[in-house]
Amino acid sequence: MTLTRERRIVSSQATPSLPRHVRIQFDPVRQAWSVLSPEKVFWPNDISLDILRRCNGSTTIGTLISDLAAEYDAPEEDVAGDVTAFLQEWSDNLLVKL
Amino acid sequence: MSELLLPPIGMLAELTHRCPLQCPYCSNPTELMKANRELDTQTWLYLFRQAADLGVLQVHLSGGEPTLRRDLEQLVAGLSSRGVYTNLITAGVGIAEGRIRALAEAGLDHVQLSFQGARAATTERIGNNRGSHEKKLETARRVKAAGLPLTVNAPIHRHNIEEVPDFIELALSLGAERLEIANVQYSGWALVNRDALMPDRASVERQVEIVEAARERLRGIMNIDFVTPDYFATYPKPCMGGWARDAFMVAPDGTVLPCHAAHTIRSLTFERFGDRSLAEIWTDSPAFNAFRGTGWMQEPCRSCDRREIDWGGCRCQAMAIAGDPAATDPACAKSPIHARMSMLIEDALATARADGSNDATTFVYRRIAAVQEPV
Ligand code: SF4
Ligand code: SF4
Repeated sequence: MTLTRERRIVSSQATPSLPRHVRIQFDPVRQAWSVLSPEKVFWPNDISLDILRRCNGSTTIGTLISDLAAEYDAPEEDVAGDVTAFLQEWSDNLLVKL
Repeated sequence: MSELLLPPIGMLAELTHRCPLQCPYCSNPTELMKANRELDTQTWLYLFRQAADLGVLQVHLSGGEPTLRRDLEQLVAGLSSRGVYTNLITAGVGIAEGRIRALAEAGLDHVQLSFQGARAATTERIGNNRGSHEKKLETARRVKAAGLPLTVNAPIHRHNIEEVPDFIELALSLGAERLEIANVQYSGWALVNRDALMPDRASVERQVEIVEAARERLRGIMNIDFVTPDYFATYPKPCMGGWARDAFMVAPDGTVLPCHAAHTIRSLTFERFGDRSLAEIWTDSPAFNAFRGTGWMQEPCRSCDRREIDWGGCRCQAMAIAGDPAATDPACAKSPIHARMSMLIEDALATARADGSNDATTFVYRRIAAVQEPV
């Protein structure tokens, strides 16, 4: 059959967003941020959370990387590698829209 | 209890046992409850508030057919107001026009729709319901039209294992985000119908190849979850993520259980919501504590380095096949009676050959009082 959808690949111009079925939420019982999705609950670390919070449909991945590099005072190449791998994985799992 | 008790994350709410279909592998108990034993709206809402307070983040609304509850929108709204993620598990037959949209508006997060077959004739034969396939297709379209994410659930057994490629195409054509290829777990009605449902080894191996290739091809397009068949396994699954570890289920009458087949362990007594609070049941119920953690384990689990990976497998399968709920799940190659799994496969296939019936004529369809529970 012809595929109407295609696998999306991370690029610096892409503006990632969270699909409707993925929600970031603070859990008062565990005092931690959670990401809720159809079958799984994730407990993101600070960096993952910072990436996901910037998935607002208007920030480009390029901007996202420079922002995080500035915030964490880390070299952009390192941040770029981590962010790209993270977003590609989340996109492949249909948890982030690119 | 030496281990730290954590709050539960997930809950399966079996709102009703009523269902328009009669799948011979249904995971409901063979002793089905009638509508008059179901909790009323206010009790469910109260239970859901307690669940949220306790730390439950995700509720799977199931049955039977949960949309037969006329108060489903109210129940979804109650959960949604507490930020609980709601997943509707439906057979998608007989849902009135406009209802999916109303559920979405009430805050429903996700729909999981089952297909008994990828072809209409199979769906109708397995669920014993004429016209059901077309209705499911319509439900899938309504789910997408309401903007809800869709998982197609395909319970796999001998009568539809050759349709796995068609299930993949079907799920793609419906725009599903996820497809569950879920080999039937032999508890409840599936245990009664085991001989009629068991696939042969060659079909299982073919299926594994097809699913693996499709997963690769569809990376980033559609997720395929594969629930492998226990009887053909080397290691068991971590049933429910471990007994009473991060999830539980509630039966239509409010009985709270660690998993949907736990009632088959007759030595345990399960408590009802209302007699005690959810928090009390979760922390103190002897049935919940019976197989929590690793302290209850015997050898070979006790000294196995996988004991906190699969938690010794399924207690109900240990009960059903080893006759001892504290035994190692016989699906595990280290179980002293692991060979019995292969014997059961052979027996099932021999029975099918002897009947000359590879068709569905030997199904015991899921109905109230169709089988007596063994005592
Ligand atoms: S498995 Fe079939 S009979 Fe059982 S609840 Fe689901 S649709 Fe109904
Ligand atoms: S022996 Fe027990 S803990 Fe080890 S793999 Fe088998 S079931 Fe799991």
